[in-house]
Amino acid sequence: MNLDPYLPLAIVLSSALPGVLIFLLGEESHWRRTLLNMFGALLKIVLVGWMIWGVFHGHVYESRLTLMPGLELVLSADALSVLFVALSTVLWLVTTIYAIGYLEHSPNRSRFFGFFSLCVSATVGIALAGNLMTFVVFYEILTLATYPLVAHRGTPDADHGAKVYLAYTMSGGVLLFVGAVWLQTLVGQLAFTQGGLLGAAPEALHGQFIVIFFLLLAGLGVKAALVPLHGWLPQAMVAPAPVSALLHAVAVVKAGAFGIVRVVYDVYGVEFAHDLGLLTVLGVLAATTIIYGSIKALSQDGLKKRLAYSTVSQVSYIALGASVLGPIATIGGLVHLVHQGIMKITLFFCAGNYAETLGVHKVSEMNGVGQRMPWTTLAFTVGALGMIGIPPVAGFVTKWYLGLGAASAGAYWVIGVLLVSSLLNAAYFLPILYRAWFRPPPEHWPKEHVLSKRLETAPSLLWPPVVTALLAVVAGLLAAAPFSPLEWATLIAEREYGR
Amino acid sequence: MLDPLALAVALPLLGALLVTMLPGWSRTLGMLTALATTGVALWLTVTVWSGEGLRSDLGGWGVPLGIGLRADGLAAALVAMANLVALAISINATGYFGAAESSRKFWPLWLLLWTALNGLFLAADLFNLYVMLELLGLSAAALGALTGTREAAEANLRYLLVGLLGSMTYLLGVALLYTAYGVLDLELVAEALTPGPVAWSALALMVGGLLLKSALFPLHFWLPPAHANAPAPVSAALSALVVKAAIYLVLRLWLDLFDGIVTLPAAMLLGLLGAGAVLWGSWRALRAERLKLLAAYSTVAQIGYLFLFLPLLTAAPDGDTRERLLTALVLLALTHGFAKAGFFLAAGLVQKSTGHDRIRELGGAAQSLPAATFTIGLAGVALIGLPPSGTFFAKWILVGQAIALGQWWWALVAMAGTLLAAAYVFRVLARAFNREPTPKCFLTDPRTEIPALLLAALSALGVGLAAQPIAVLLGAGV
Repeated sequence: MNLDPYLPLAIVLSSALPGVLIFLLGEESHWRRTLLNMFGALLKIVLVGWMIWGVFHGHVYESRLTLMPGLELVLSADALSVLFVALSTVLWLVTTIYAIGYLEHSPNRSRFFGFFSLCVSATVGIALAGNLMTFVVFYEILTLATYPLVAHRGTPDADHGAKVYLAYTMSGGVLLFVGAVWLQTLVGQLAFTQGGLLGAAPEALHGQFIVIFFLLLAGLGVKAALVPLHGWLPQAMVAPAPVSALLHAVAVVKAGAFGIVRVVYDVYGVEFAHDLGLLTVLGVLAATTIIYGSIKALSQDGLKKRLAYSTVSQVSYIALGASVLGPIATIGGLVHLVHQGIMKITLFFCAGNYAETLGVHKVSEMNGVGQRMPWTTLAFTVGALGMIGIPPVAGFVTKWYLGLGAASAGAYWVIGVLLVSSLLNAAYFLPILYRAWFRPPPEHWPKEHVLSKRLETAPSLLWPPVVTALLAVVAGLLAAAPFSPLEWATLIAEREYGR
Repeated sequence: MLDPLALAVALPLLGALLVTMLPGWSRTLGMLTALATTGVALWLTVTVWSGEGLRSDLGGWGVPLGIGLRADGLAAALVAMANLVALAISINATGYFGAAESSRKFWPLWLLLWTALNGLFLAADLFNLYVMLELLGLSAAALGALTGTREAAEANLRYLLVGLLGSMTYLLGVALLYTAYGVLDLELVAEALTPGPVAWSALALMVGGLLLKSALFPLHFWLPPAHANAPAPVSAALSALVVKAAIYLVLRLWLDLFDGIVTLPAAMLLGLLGAGAVLWGSWRALRAERLKLLAAYSTVAQIGYLFLFLPLLTAAPDGDTRERLLTALVLLALTHGFAKAGFFLAAGLVQKSTGHDRIRELGGAAQSLPAATFTIGLAGVALIGLPPSGTFFAKWILVGQAIALGQWWWALVAMAGTLLAAAYVFRVLARAFNREPTPKCFLTDPRTEIPALLLAALSALGVGLAAQPIAVLLGAGV
């Protein structure tokens, strides 16, 4: 029996079904919940590993459900989806371990982990979506699954943050929906196709294509936090740290960025989008976002808020990469999908550790944390240096390729943006590192908990950031090794440009 | 006589008689009837789905004298939905009413209502349709007044009178047709009908009467108080099923009987009223202070969506486009049926446990009832039109065809309605998250919670993904 058609579906369900079961568990069944979580996460890794092997060897994996003629839900695996799936699967496992430790004694864990699993299922669905409608379906499910996570704490702040999040994403969702339906009315089913599928359409439709592009971009830009649609992101910071980590590195923000990549490359086709002049608009938006986010990050004293604005800025590198015509810039943008994820999740884990262990929430309280929590601070340092773009951390590879791609496409202004943004990145990260390592620690931490006798904090909180920091270094050092994110991004770019 | 058509109507009628005679046994007998009727209804649906249109003439009396029943895909789809919902409502009602006095009053009326529903979906001629319509209105108004409060009595008296006015108007139209053509059977009338003053006046009278009964804006005034003040299982039936029955009749008339008579301007007018319903109903739902009132206004809005399809259906060329639109329309109606029933049942649970349903004061109540909150959430997904509910795919087609047929303004209405619905659903759900203690377990009262949860789950996860079999069913037995 050929199981290939069921593999993409199985990958989505491997987290969705445990999620549903977790909802039904009583609050006290800690072990059963942990078992289900870990079982789902590990099973998913095995399945994704199988799929990567298959896609590399040219297998086609496709699950298809026909709703009506011309209306199909399709999950399929191409090189681009594998990149995103692999990222979210690995980081989900790490985040689950972290979240189990982080939420040890907090209320409503069954609800939390249920939605947590649904959130990842939706993300994987977005990654594997084989046509625009399927993408929209999972994109909306993601909105729905993250809302309870943002609202989880139940405080008035959380309520407000969640409402803002919902208002932004729902409005964006409606625009995306209209754009997708309209486009489908014009050209039929929109199966994602390498090289795009609109280029051959009659010229009379070009005007509508431009309008539709803006609708889609508005819908995707909300989640990708493109300025001026980013307002929800700093507000959503009220969520627990594992949620922020997931939102910023894996799920929501990434889903938006991934969607932009999909629309530019596999719906419009990068060359056609360039001909319509759409890439320029995207580039300007992305550049504005990069600079704006960095400037806002400078003045934030709250550590998580600073990281949030840093996300606003960093995620737009992906859109920036997509907005420059040419394979090298494409590689830079795509690889940043992974690199930003690994680095940013490290930073958020660390921020969570400071908050849980020492009660430190603000940059101004971080004096001497390096002495109290050396491993966490080391991981934080790796993440921060990577964000600035210092080799050998992965962030350097991104900026190198983006710069090179811009130069070869003649878009020198992009290099200017990269330079300014790197300077700003340094300006808001280096002072943190300086405080953490070189300032003397205070006599009393704001609210210290001793979570472990031997280690600086609980093991389930300590290992995840250390592991992801290590991954960030490895991804940079071994960028040329087979199956590295860079190599995979190169494979995608080759296929997109048909070489 | 093993005929699913006749059994689907006869069984609940028999049950109604039995529970009236043996009130002490009403719960047991009622549940048995409910199970048997639902079984027959599913049998009927499967038979139609496998390709046989059903038709039977009771007692062997043929057209034009006898009582004819028939089922095509559209009827079978609605019968399946209505009976599943009715079964869930019955199970919930055994818990909701308990062994109280109201339980004994509930069952006879409820089974009578069920008879009327099945009869209305399956009747083959215009006069029987009228009889069923009248029976439906009477039993619904009586059920709605079961709470015995002053508001309920007042609302349901109005409901009764409005319903009578509606069905009398309908009957006038039927009389007009009968005088002109001498037949009542749907197919025969459709064959005989020619455009002209008679047909137009009949159309206006019949559809006008039914619009009143289906609570299309601005004729919806009677609905919110009636639905909001009934006991929760009854509200569920009124909102999910009874209103649908009237709309089903409008569709039958519009698509089958008066197919060649209806004009685009007339359809546009109905679409316009539908648009008004979507916007006004959603807005009032957003402003509602009580959970059940919110649900009732949401029904007003959802009815509006169904009427947005009429101008598109009328403008669409025959064939594929029309089939897609019809499938989407039915998808929407079925999803709403499941969702709204689930929503109302959950609202009933909340009301039972807290003693009120004021949205502002729901905080914590939602947390102590995780299953009910989930039900509202899942039903909310369907009401907003988020994927993978049937509403999502229905709206996908609605918006797509509105653009394709050049009537893009309906797309704007549908999208505005979506945003408003999101706002009113999440206004309730936001109350679920506060700092109340953690619930010990997911289910607190399985007998009342599980039916509601299953209905909501069907609406959010089932109907939409089953679009293809539903399309096959609609195409069958025509």
